[in-house]
Amino acid sequence: MAYVVPKESFNGKVLSLDFGKGDKAVSIGGENTLPFLSFEGEVPNRPLVACEIQDCPPDDWPDTVKNVYKDVSADPVTWAGYCRDELKAKAIALRLVSTHPDRGDRSAEDAAKTIKDVLAAVDVPLIILGSNHIEKDADVLVAAAGAASGYNCIIGKAQEGNYKTIVAAALAHNHKLIAMSELDINLAKQLNILITQMGFDKEKLITDPMCSGLGYGLEYTYSVMERIRLAGLAQNDPTMQPPILGDVGMYVWKVKETVASEPDVPDWGSLENRSIAWETITATSMLLAGTNLLIMRHPAAIGNVEKTIDELM
Amino acid sequence: MALTGVQIFKLLPKTNCKKCGFPTCLAFAMKLAQGGVELSACPDVSEEAKQTLGEASAPPIRAFTLGTGEKAVKIGGETVLFRHEKKFVNPCALAVNIKDDLGEEEIADIAAEVANSEIDRVGQKLRIDAISIEYASGDSAKYEAVVKLAAEKAPEAAIILNCKDAAAVEAAVKAIAGRKPLIYCATDATAGEMANIAKANSVPLAACADGPEALSALTEKIKALGVEDIVLDSGAKTAKEIIEDNTRIRRSALKKNFKPLGYPVINFVLRDDPVYEASIASVAIAKYASIVILSSIEKWKNLALFTLRQNLYTDPQVPMQVEQKVYDIGEASADSPLMITTNFSLTYFIVSGEIENSKVPSRLAVMDCEGLSVLTAWAAGKFTASKIAQFIKESGVESRVSNKELILPGQVAILSGSLEDKLEGWKVTVGPREANAIPTFLKGRAA
Repeated sequence: MAYVVPKESFNGKVLSLDFGKGDKAVSIGGENTLPFLSFEGEVPNRPLVACEIQDCPPDDWPDTVKNVYKDVSADPVTWAGYCRDELKAKAIALRLVSTHPDRGDRSAEDAAKTIKDVLAAVDVPLIILGSNHIEKDADVLVAAAGAASGYNCIIGKAQEGNYKTIVAAALAHNHKLIAMSELDINLAKQLNILITQMGFDKEKLITDPMCSGLGYGLEYTYSVMERIRLAGLAQNDPTMQPPILGDVGMYVWKVKETVASEPDVPDWGSLENRSIAWETITATSMLLAGTNLLIMRHPAAIGNVEKTIDELM
Repeated sequence: MALTGVQIFKLLPKTNCKKCGFPTCLAFAMKLAQGGVELSACPDVSEEAKQTLGEASAPPIRAFTLGTGEKAVKIGGETVLFRHEKKFVNPCALAVNIKDDLGEEEIADIAAEVANSEIDRVGQKLRIDAISIEYASGDSAKYEAVVKLAAEKAPEAAIILNCKDAAAVEAAVKAIAGRKPLIYCATDATAGEMANIAKANSVPLAACADGPEALSALTEKIKALGVEDIVLDSGAKTAKEIIEDNTRIRRSALKKNFKPLGYPVINFVLRDDPVYEASIASVAIAKYASIVILSSIEKWKNLALFTLRQNLYTDPQVPMQVEQKVYDIGEASADSPLMITTNFSLTYFIVSGEIENSKVPSRLAVMDCEGLSVLTAWAAGKFTASKIAQFIKESGVESRVSNKELILPGQVAILSGSLEDKLEGWKVTVGPREANAIPTFLKGRAA
């Protein structure tokens, strides 16, 4: 029996987008094949890993990752500088945690100032994230989009309950936008349609189908991502072709496996290695399912994922 | 070529004897056509039918058992490329590689680690399934002794004889024939000798060649020599080779019904850094390996890889469930708050995780709702006031709390009135709608 290479060619293609300014700008997406299958298609851009920082000290992060940043995390400008200089971050994701009503309730104006300070000091492409509070994000991200005008950032996340004001702000200030829905391909598609109907260019959109950590629903995220990719490529559905975001760090660095010490759970072995492996494996799985952009926390996990991407490209 | 159900039916006895477990021969034929059952389930099938059907009715990827005994693992038998289409069938076996030139003590220690690797997660017992023993010493007597030692120290693990020397393999196979070791591997040059050893001892054989095309020629050769249970190694080492070769192999088997590649795949992911190795192992686990060989099996690494394997091999149509009971979270006492939720594993994990994050010792009553989430279970009539009341009464939690107060998920706030009527003497409090608001909620109460 003769072997024939079982190649598949798709009509659809993942849209590509860039963010950031000047020679630091980066591109993601653009492939016309399932993840990393270069034998049958083009994979022009490698997945990008952004380093996550926040606008207040990360008191709620487990020690393994919190301690890495203990000398720099008091101030977001210092922290961003550390990511650029020491970690050679290709992109930074700044989460405006302290604007959450339960986490300090800082004002949209405060957030805008933080954004301006970080952008003035650090020229790495920036992803600006709200605190995931539907109403507050609508205010905060509008102010943040204005503060970052001209910097070609990614802002997010626009969700069903607040997308209108955030889309308008991204449109006005020419940013890319993350559209987030909760683990359902139909909701992801619907939100992308609603956003593009407002006149927002689908080529500036990023789909976040909601991440989940290893052992905590990873299989749901994995399959929703695979289905989005197949819909975009095989069925050539334009609403399913934006690059995919995997917001890994925040879903990993709270589960028991990244928190419980070895004396508490001797069967689980070293906490340090376990928690770094947890973030690494979650991120690698997301890449295999179709993620183009990852947001991660621990430098060692980022290092492992970058090396894995080197091998996969 | 694959036959249709009706074509198969014509070759069956047509007696509707039900011995195959199906009500009629036609039903059996239909299932056979889909690859969901093997022809051998029919005890009365004629020799002629066997020959005609043999090739055509075999599942597209052969399934067989690695090792022996209760903890033997079935590998292969996969039917899809994507887990949302249908459940991935047989979770891949995880194995550790040991070189035979390590000290005896070290080898015994690693084998014992394999024997003790079992961890319970969401009701499933997960473990390292096999040991690969690599012939590095060049001394076949030593190899045989090490194989015996490892087999003895890990009495339930499957054994993989990682050895390209036919004479050394033969001695080792005979030494532990009862364990049905997998021979790794035959190459084009050694196919004849290795196939004879595998056939004579009724053990599976791995075929190793450079890329899927050369590999398919090799498996045809081995099969012609009478070996049925074959494992594929395309020589893939880098993550890219693993994802590309494994995809080509599985697509060939499933979409082209290309028999020479219709076997389970083995990948070696050996790396110096154990966390990095775990990342490459995840590529193999997600992308179609049936056996993954690791260089080390630290507890933390096992936990992470077992969890990934369990996640990806979960049936996408059947929600994972946790046991119905009242769980203590932290150092719970009679004064601790009591919350209730459903037994969908994801719901349980998220809710219990947020309670832990709150650092407020609490009790979480998890009610069997057939694995549905709170809102779905409520909509389906499984999480109703009367059923919750009955569960709380029968759980015996009443005698363990000083303050009879039950905290209800905010999503089903509508139930609070009727629940209070049905749970006499209890106060029902409406908790947060979303789990991420639990820490604030619990800390607020504790303050």
